[in-house]
Amino acid sequence: MMGAVLAAVAGVAQAEELVVYGARGEQLVKPLFDAYQKETGDSVRYVMDKEGPLMERMKAEGANSPADILLTVDAGNLWQASQMGLLKPYKSKLIDANVPAHLRDPAHNWTGLSIRARTIFYNTQKVKPADLASYADLASSKWKGKLCLRTSKKVYNQSLVAMMLAEQGKVATEKTVKGWVDNLATDVFPDDTKLLEAIAAGQCDVGIANTYYYGRLMEKKPDLPLGIFWADQKGKGTHVNISGAGLARYTKKEAAATRLIEWLSSTKAQNLFADVNMEYPVNPKVKPDVKVAAWGPFKQNLINVSNAGSRQAEAVMLMDRAGYR
Amino acid sequence: MPGTRAPLRRLPKMSALPALKTAAVWRWRLPVLLLSLCTLVPLGVLLPALFNPDPGIWAHLIDYLLPQLAVNTAILLIGVGAGVLAIGVTLAWLVAVYEFPGRRFFNWALMLPLAMPAYVLGFSQLGLFDYTGPVQTLARAWTGSSEWVPSVRSSGGVVLVLSLAFYPYVYLLARGAFATQGRRALEVGQSLGLSRAEGFWRVALPMARPWIMGGLMLALMETLADFGTVAVFNFDAFTSAIYKAWFSFFSLDTAKQLASMLVFIVFVLVVFEQRARGRRAYTASARGGQQPRIALAGVQGWAAAAWATLVLLMAFVLPFGQVLWWAYQGWAEEANAVLVDNALRSLMLSAMAALLVGAAALLLAYAVRRDGGGFNRLLSRVATLGYAVPGTVLAVGVFVPVAWLDNQLIALFGAWLPEGTGSILKGSLAVLLLAYVARFMAVGHAPVDAAMHRISRSQEEAARNLGLTGARLVARLHLPLLKGGLFTALLMVFVDVMKEMPITLMTRPFGWDTLAVRIFTLTSEGEWERAALPAVLLVLSGLLPVILLSREENKG
Amino acid sequence: MTKDLLVFESVSHAYGVARVIDDMSFTLHDGEIGCLLGSSGCGKTTVLRAIAGFEPIAAGSIRLGGRLLAGDGVSVPAHEREIGMVFQDYALFPHLNVEDNVGFGLSALPRAERRARVEAMLDLVGLGAEARRYPHELSGGQQQRVALARALAPRPRLLLLDEPFSNLDVDLRERLGREVRDILKHEGVSAILVTHDQHEAFAVADKVGVMQGGRLLQWATPYTLYHEPAQRFVADFIGQGVLVPGRVTAPRCLSLELGEFCGLLPLGFAAGDDVDVLLRPDDVVHDDASPVQATVVARVFRGADFLYTLALPSGQRVLSQVASHHDHALGEPIGIRLELDHLIAFRRQ
Repeated sequence: MMGAVLAAVAGVAQAEELVVYGARGEQLVKPLFDAYQKETGDSVRYVMDKEGPLMERMKAEGANSPADILLTVDAGNLWQASQMGLLKPYKSKLIDANVPAHLRDPAHNWTGLSIRARTIFYNTQKVKPADLASYADLASSKWKGKLCLRTSKKVYNQSLVAMMLAEQGKVATEKTVKGWVDNLATDVFPDDTKLLEAIAAGQCDVGIANTYYYGRLMEKKPDLPLGIFWADQKGKGTHVNISGAGLARYTKKEAAATRLIEWLSSTKAQNLFADVNMEYPVNPKVKPDVKVAAWGPFKQNLINVSNAGSRQAEAVMLMDRAGYR
Repeated sequence: MPGTRAPLRRLPKMSALPALKTAAVWRWRLPVLLLSLCTLVPLGVLLPALFNPDPGIWAHLIDYLLPQLAVNTAILLIGVGAGVLAIGVTLAWLVAVYEFPGRRFFNWALMLPLAMPAYVLGFSQLGLFDYTGPVQTLARAWTGSSEWVPSVRSSGGVVLVLSLAFYPYVYLLARGAFATQGRRALEVGQSLGLSRAEGFWRVALPMARPWIMGGLMLALMETLADFGTVAVFNFDAFTSAIYKAWFSFFSLDTAKQLASMLVFIVFVLVVFEQRARGRRAYTASARGGQQPRIALAGVQGWAAAAWATLVLLMAFVLPFGQVLWWAYQGWAEEANAVLVDNALRSLMLSAMAALLVGAAALLLAYAVRRDGGGFNRLLSRVATLGYAVPGTVLAVGVFVPVAWLDNQLIALFGAWLPEGTGSILKGSLAVLLLAYVARFMAVGHAPVDAAMHRISRSQEEAARNLGLTGARLVARLHLPLLKGGLFTALLMVFVDVMKEMPITLMTRPFGWDTLAVRIFTLTSEGEWERAALPAVLLVLSGLLPVILLSREENKG
Repeated sequence: MTKDLLVFESVSHAYGVARVIDDMSFTLHDGEIGCLLGSSGCGKTTVLRAIAGFEPIAAGSIRLGGRLLAGDGVSVPAHEREIGMVFQDYALFPHLNVEDNVGFGLSALPRAERRARVEAMLDLVGLGAEARRYPHELSGGQQQRVALARALAPRPRLLLLDEPFSNLDVDLRERLGREVRDILKHEGVSAILVTHDQHEAFAVADKVGVMQGGRLLQWATPYTLYHEPAQRFVADFIGQGVLVPGRVTAPRCLSLELGEFCGLLPLGFAAGDDVDVLLRPDDVVHDDASPVQATVVARVFRGADFLYTLALPSGQRVLSQVASHHDHALGEPIGIRLELDHLIAFRRQ
């Protein structure tokens, strides 16, 4: 009782200001930080830029960096940040309890905070779900001239191929990617939304995209003949990636920063974190948004997402070799 | 009447006094050196990387990317170069020399695309002309197929969009030249037996060359530095490779090496252009001022109007209409007070940057005028190279040395600084503005330099002979004569800073979120439609300066 | 036997309402050098531009060697008129060197002929050594000569010169004026120049036209213009002189403050008419024996002579040209008389 009071007093006295360097859209994280401040008194300064420049910035600032937390999308980026020595391992049992092991760094440098699934979408007027199976199946000749893909320059595709590399090895993966390229109905697209619209318009029959783009598009145009198919359910499961965070190596407020990450992975914040962008919570105790849940449950691929980073360069080179632009 | 006459003043003979020599020599070299440092330091950050190539990545680049890259860069340079010349020069010629229906409107309206960021133009063009867009959808509804519609996601599409986005640079500078000497050039040609068409090719065009080339250089530099637009079309340009090396291979060093190659290409272009000019001096007299226009009658007049309309439609009206439509749809979601704050900060930053870059460009042009030796000529070229470096790379180039300096200062004076001081210069407005100088010097310098060329030596000598020197000479002779060029520079920089994104993102002070930053945060998750409203505000904020710019240019 | 080359007939031109050329006619013979003389804004440059084909005409016709250039709904494009022009600011091409500037209008010629012609032209204007230099590297006079050579090179049927010497200093102006005349005569080219400087006009031209307010007042040789001005304005504008009042006393007799003169007055005046008589400085002769005394009010020493401004007893001023050894101080009275061999008089308005 006495301790709780003291802690509360101490908490009030030490309302901290945390600096978060982030690449996730500010409109997606602002509501979270507002809620956090209301609850704990700690406020957050959010500095937004692309991942690459953010990391160069932390590196240049060195020990004088004001950053307490790095928040990015895609595990590959977090992996790279820890490779560059920009992160320090968190010490928190709570985070480990909240986040399944495959969605965080085995060395505790970072953790996932929301799941983004990348799966197969199809034109419901042309394709029956029974015709679909796996990512690798899209390389088979029956999809000749019917496949739409987004550019290989997007990290989502790089992560997908990196995971395939980790599981299936170089030869099989390269064969799959080459098969995709042979099946392309048209040049690769600059973004997932355009790709989904092309499937709906009949330019192609199937394609690969992140689920939240599908969610956003269907919310605006519910009549589009677009279906979602969970890939590799008979195999290892659908490819997932994360948006996540890690402690900045030179944070001077380690405790407060750890508290914020713990809170973000908690049941209180998870819906707020994932739902604004129609992503999935990482915390298995939290149910996704109703609209997202309506797409049905699916089996995630349980390979550790850090593979996205460690094999990214290899994956990109493989895609270049296969002629996947 | 002796006594009342101002004393004759002469510049000190430089060779006469050896002791004074160093000081005198450096008097006009120092400003050029300091200004070029704004660019040299960020470019210098690229250098150490050159000695540290990653063999694995380079082997891959050479095998799979560089051959295509060389071809694509050539396509861009030749295609966009030809495109902006074809559009910019013809329209400038029509508007400056002829009278045709709607000329007064087109005169300023053709500047409007300058207010629109190229990537916004690219994205909305894609929205209009891709398979799922209205054009192809209509084509399918009417003809049953849209396969005969040429694909917009092709090298042709990229070249067209970039040409539409960047032709105003050529248009603006060429129009100024044609307005003062175009009609006269035709007459001289005719008096020597050339028809109007021959006179255009053989007289007017070569005489306007420095101004046309100035505009072309700006357009090409911006083309080479562009990432947003080529990314929308998934066209592999130099910048794509730079970002691939950085973000996909996590090798910033390789990215820097590629960026250095890019800078080198541009430097070669610039030097080549300079050399090709040789001893020719273009101090075109502005005698006669505005000359009466030649009326284009009937079909010819309408053809001119149709050509201007087509360009304006494709480069501005249709894409802006598309963005407006998206903005209208997202109005409820996006219209808020934050956006007003973003807009105000955009305006403030652009205004400050324009003034600073304008002043810097003036100093640079004047210093080279006073001392046109090799040292100054070379460094003044270097000072304008920042425009050709991809923004993100330049941003790192600015940030790294500033952060380094901060760390040194904190290490030295940490004891006297408040507890926990992490930055001194970093995140200050001054650094952001200096970064803009590094980036946009080319834009400010081109029109000021062109105007400086029109001031003859004898005008300067006359003023000096009347006893004007130093600042008074500049204030009473150069400034009034450069007013037009300087004003053009201010407005062009203003509009460009409005659109600038990567440098603002990386070096802005906390809380300085501009419209471009807002667009970035929304588009980072692919929400192009939601970014429409800030994009509309951005274009609208740029419209006023563009219209002013046009007016000013009109005065000749 | 002189042949008509340029016939400029009843031409009018207007910018909006303002008439810039008003019903103007003149004829230039083959091989002649004509000059349009007038102060700025008199329309002389517009005439030149109309001949060149840069300005449309509203009425009248322009013919060159019998060919209709403009008028009657015809307008031959400027580049097909075979008319060369030297512009006031020379309009040399800054991107071309001297040689290429001069050869610019010769692109139809074979290379060898072109080179020969350029060389000949450069020799003619004395710039053979400057062939490879750029315009900005030349002096004003040299630029002028390049402009002349460039315009002459294609052998135009007529050369137009728009204030060709106005950018040069006086010394150079006179020398170049003579030079240009020699060059034109040597080449046998007909030309029209436009100027506001009568010395220039007299030095270069065979025929001079005085223009005022869009009208051509007189088109004649310099001698005729000077000695027989057809209009009061021409008399005033050309040369030095003063109009003094007088009265016609009998047919061909005139009474002036300086005395009675009979036999010189042209026909057409009646006794009792009030007239103004033109007195040139050389008409007023210094003669100590003369009963008429005038006071020196201003004097200009010109080397060979003095130009005195004298006040008659009535206050009327006259000019007198006096041999240079007759040095009279200001305020000094001197005797004068008129020595006339013809008399120019205008009816008082």
